[in-house]
Amino acid sequence: MRARLQAVLATTALVLAGSALAQDSTMDEIAKYREMLADGNPAELFELKGEALWKKARGPKNASLEQCDMGLGPGKLDGAYAQLPRYFPDTRKVMDVESRLVHCMVSLQGFKEEDVTRQWFSRPGKESDIEALVTYIGAKSNGMKIDVPARHPEEARMAKVGEYIFYRRSGPQDFSCSICHGQNDKRIRLQDLGNLTTQAGAGVAMSTWPSYRVSQGAVWTMQRRLIDCMRQARWPEPKYLSDSVIALQVYLQKTASGTVMQTPGIKR
Amino acid sequence: MNYRLIALALITFAPFPSLAQSKPAGDIAAQAEQIFRSSFREDNPSYWMKRLDQDDTMRLCSQYKDNPPPRIRQKIEKAEMASVRYPVDGKLIGDWKEGEKLAAVGTGGHIGFIQPDPPGRVRGGNCYACHQLAKKEVAYGTIGPSLQHFGKLRGNSEQIIKYTYDKIYNSNAFTACTNMPRFGLHNWLTPEQITHIVAFLVDPESPVNKD
Ligand code: HEC
Ligand code: HEC
Repeated sequence: MRARLQAVLATTALVLAGSALAQDSTMDEIAKYREMLADGNPAELFELKGEALWKKARGPKNASLEQCDMGLGPGKLDGAYAQLPRYFPDTRKVMDVESRLVHCMVSLQGFKEEDVTRQWFSRPGKESDIEALVTYIGAKSNGMKIDVPARHPEEARMAKVGEYIFYRRSGPQDFSCSICHGQNDKRIRLQDLGNLTTQAGAGVAMSTWPSYRVSQGAVWTMQRRLIDCMRQARWPEPKYLSDSVIALQVYLQKTASGTVMQTPGIKR
Repeated sequence: MNYRLIALALITFAPFPSLAQSKPAGDIAAQAEQIFRSSFREDNPSYWMKRLDQDDTMRLCSQYKDNPPPRIRQKIEKAEMASVRYPVDGKLIGDWKEGEKLAAVGTGGHIGFIQPDPPGRVRGGNCYACHQLAKKEVAYGTIGPSLQHFGKLRGNSEQIIKYTYDKIYNSNAFTACTNMPRFGLHNWLTPEQITHIVAFLVDPESPVNKD
């Protein structure tokens, strides 16, 4: 199974790399490969690793994360991801899954924030604990509907801020999120772009992250996805866990609400 | 140009007191600007941070979600038209072979700490990201209309050549708040590079028209 998986990954990476390939055959290859992976997304290894990390006593306080409150109460993970970001009275902040996770690693385990976030995404040969933990937390919402009504005034404000940023144009290419993600059935080069302003489009996107990215050979979290989109827009990259990225997620999750979570996804 | 637009914007808004009163929206805009701007590292080089500044067109397009009312639309287009600069020798059509290369290049201009472009990376027009052009390139995007056979369909009169040059130099001169970048205005492409791309679009020998 592992060997087959690796073979599939290798061919798919090749196929995806060849930009001269006809659009249809590329799409076919991706579909075929999704099918073959249906019972074995490589990200599932990260899910297991995440579970182990969640339960293991670590850090200066030698504590596990099992008492971490992701919004539904200490240790209650089922469905938590689907309801994030949300307002947390203890920090008086709207937090997404990653900022809350880091908060728990700092407050429960005694880590320093700059230490746990140093490896917030993986590089070749350097895995990221955060990616594994988020994959685990995400999977605990599978089968549940995204539910971010943004009713708390702070959440409502962040949803509006996110919407504002979504349409904000700037940079040497005059880009905004909306120019790439504001219409149905568009693509940039060969990459399909969902319409993130509709429930259907935002739903497909938000219900499938974290995702295993074949072209990167790694799991990406939503922070990583959005920060990279800003790079593509030719903007400077926002800081990890910054409020802009959280606000965008509130806006997108609110739009996607009602869609059933299916993580980890597999993407190009 | 900036001063003109500001003046225009003031004139435009003056007759609509209701706009000035819509406080909550304005409030969110100010808060969102503050949140957005404070989301970046303080030690970023200032030329990176300048990329977050908005000119009047960007600000108006954002405010109207790229769908401004007709009067503002016209004003943007007029002001953007006035920004177009031409090559010194006045020749608006260059070498289609150079244009073909530039149209295909999608790299350049990426900044940041994670995956910036290496210094000196060629900066292209990236037209294929959004447009179909030469038949042989199948990896094209669909954010913009197909430009295959552009010259075949439109001809290569002086008027069409000028329109094509102006459109690439400043897309908003014809379509306020279009998704297409203003390549000349931002100095992303030089006037000379734009003439090569014009040739790629209109020259009968270019693969855009020949195949
Ligand atoms: C220049 C075009 C461009 C811009 C601007 C852009 N993105 Fe993206 N975005 C992409 C591409 C390309 C993908 C990946 C699609 C693929 O791999 O098929 C993507 C993927 C995404 C996804 C995941 C979609 C999915 O279905 O999994 C989200 C969410 C997203 N972008 C949000 C944003 C936000 C928010 C912004 C503004 C900060 C933004 N993007 C700006 C091009 C862009
Ligand atoms: C981010 C997407 C994007 C990119 C990149 C882009 N365009 Fe466009 N372009 C559009 C859109 C959308 C339109 C239609 C709306 C408009 O007219 O502005 C358009 C329209 C045009 C038109 C007018 C077509 C007509 O029927 O008159 C021309 C010419 C054109 N583009 C040329 C180019 C060239 C050349 C490049 C590369 C230097 C380029 N575009 C890059 C999005 C893009």
